[in-house]
Amino acid sequence: MAYPTNYRYTKEHEWVSLQGDIATIGITDYAQHELGDVVFAEVPKAGAKIEAGKTFGTVESVKAVSDIYAPASGEVTEANALLQNTPEKINADPHGEGWLIKIKLSNPAEVGSLMDAAAYEAYIASQAKEASA
Amino acid sequence: MRYLPKSPAERQEMLATIGAATIDDLFASIPQRYRLREALKLPGPFSESEVIDFFKARAAENSLGHTSFLGAGVYNHLRSVVTDAIIQRGEFLTSYTPYQAEITQGTLQAIFEFQTLMCQLTGQEVANASMYDGSTAATEAVLMAERVTGRSRVLVARSVHPEYREVLNTYARNSGLLVEELPYAANGTLDHQALHAALKNDVAAVLVQSPNFFGVLEPLAPLAVMAHGHGALLAVAITEAVSLGLVSPPVEADIVAMEAQSFGLAPSYGGPFAGVVAAKEKFVRQMPGRLAGQTVDAAGNRGFVLTLATREQHIRREKATSNICTNQALCALAATVHLTLLGKEGLREMAQQNLSKAQFALAELEKVPGVRRAFDAPFFNEFTVELPRSVKLVNAYLLRDKIVGPFVLGQLYPELTKHALVCVTETTPRSEIERFAASLRRALEQPL
Repeated sequence: MAYPTNYRYTKEHEWVSLQGDIATIGITDYAQHELGDVVFAEVPKAGAKIEAGKTFGTVESVKAVSDIYAPASGEVTEANALLQNTPEKINADPHGEGWLIKIKLSNPAEVGSLMDAAAYEAYIASQAKEASA
Repeated sequence: MRYLPKSPAERQEMLATIGAATIDDLFASIPQRYRLREALKLPGPFSESEVIDFFKARAAENSLGHTSFLGAGVYNHLRSVVTDAIIQRGEFLTSYTPYQAEITQGTLQAIFEFQTLMCQLTGQEVANASMYDGSTAATEAVLMAERVTGRSRVLVARSVHPEYREVLNTYARNSGLLVEELPYAANGTLDHQALHAALKNDVAAVLVQSPNFFGVLEPLAPLAVMAHGHGALLAVAITEAVSLGLVSPPVEADIVAMEAQSFGLAPSYGGPFAGVVAAKEKFVRQMPGRLAGQTVDAAGNRGFVLTLATREQHIRREKATSNICTNQALCALAATVHLTLLGKEGLREMAQQNLSKAQFALAELEKVPGVRRAFDAPFFNEFTVELPRSVKLVNAYLLRDKIVGPFVLGQLYPELTKHALVCVTETTPRSEIERFAASLRRALEQPL
């Protein structure tokens, strides 16, 4: 799956997409593939504050429960209601319908320090090499 | 894993390989003051015949032919040899917890059946695979409420088993959980006015027990309304599971924590028992431990899986929903077999016998001059009476008549100086209840 070039990425495999000062956050195709079938996503409700680098929720697959780290700080404006009954959207369309939350950025500069698609693809390729070494 | 004894030479070889002089060197990181200074004073190795003689002698010390009126969280009920026969099958007795879950279909099915029975009995939607015992289950129920609500203040009725409260307080001491105790009213149930005054929007849970430690039933519906009105959960502990054969299930509760000992587990020395945590399905991801589930395989055959284990500590480490719980699989299996043997009607009949005999016992005891019922709320198979004398002294007298007397409430409730908690189950014959009343009458007639 292609990594959208207008998104930014973290080493913890989250992505961010900006529309003004609203950021949509999700987990990457690489992350969903590593996790396997997602059965549940636990994300904060609108109004909750999240802080860059801290965990803000969990994604549960049949294998494990993994923390999701905030790529940027801000206040949650919306949680993806679709995930409540169809968490498998995270597997099917991780960069689209499977988004987790939208936040109003408190420090938009934070997003600038994240990886672009090319850097992220290079990063996961190096991860894969490390794992097979 | 094999357990093979090692010779001194092999031990030396292993020590030499890792560069240690003695086995004690391996514990060098433990500060000196915490280490044993001298060898334990243990008797030397016994021969087989000496071991048999030793245990025969210990068995002869058991008190036979006594009748017990002691309950207080551990209950003597009828047990079938069928239960023991089934749980002693090697497949169940020696198997460890199913980490490679799906190859242990029998164990998973047993857990699944146990969960199903616990849901049916407690009126809850999901039950886990079992916990250590009722006390840790009650504590886990409180911790679960803390996670669900994001609040850390809990209100606990003083009429909850004192040992359960002690376990909860042990957890709370270093976890930031604030535990406040609520008094009981004159009729033995939770003081609703005290609850009303203490309930604020920072309360995670209200924990009560029913039947409570004094034996009386707590009316749960008004408690649920009060708790929910402040966004708190109602957690209900049950120590005497047989009560569910007659008493309506605690459907008003958000979380139920139960001791399953009454279902086929001998009182022994106080264990091993099996705890139960059951709850509404919406809280399932905050439940401690694991859940087994039923499914179908690729060919459509019925099969069992570990449905919810991803939040256990072997996966989530310090972020697990619980780091102290275990699944008491064998005890849970005993409870499952026991309940299956009894069936719905059998359990109801057993519960009815408990109630009838306890009612009869109260009537007999009330005929004894100076004995009065302490709390007038309805009870199941335990009730509290106030005696005109120290319960301890009376119990010493009863013991001479081979009667194990009632629980001395003053030990744990200093204000209940002359109060005795009497337990009667289906195992107590009518004639023994009459003998108890007669012996009590004589005890109270003794000159002081």
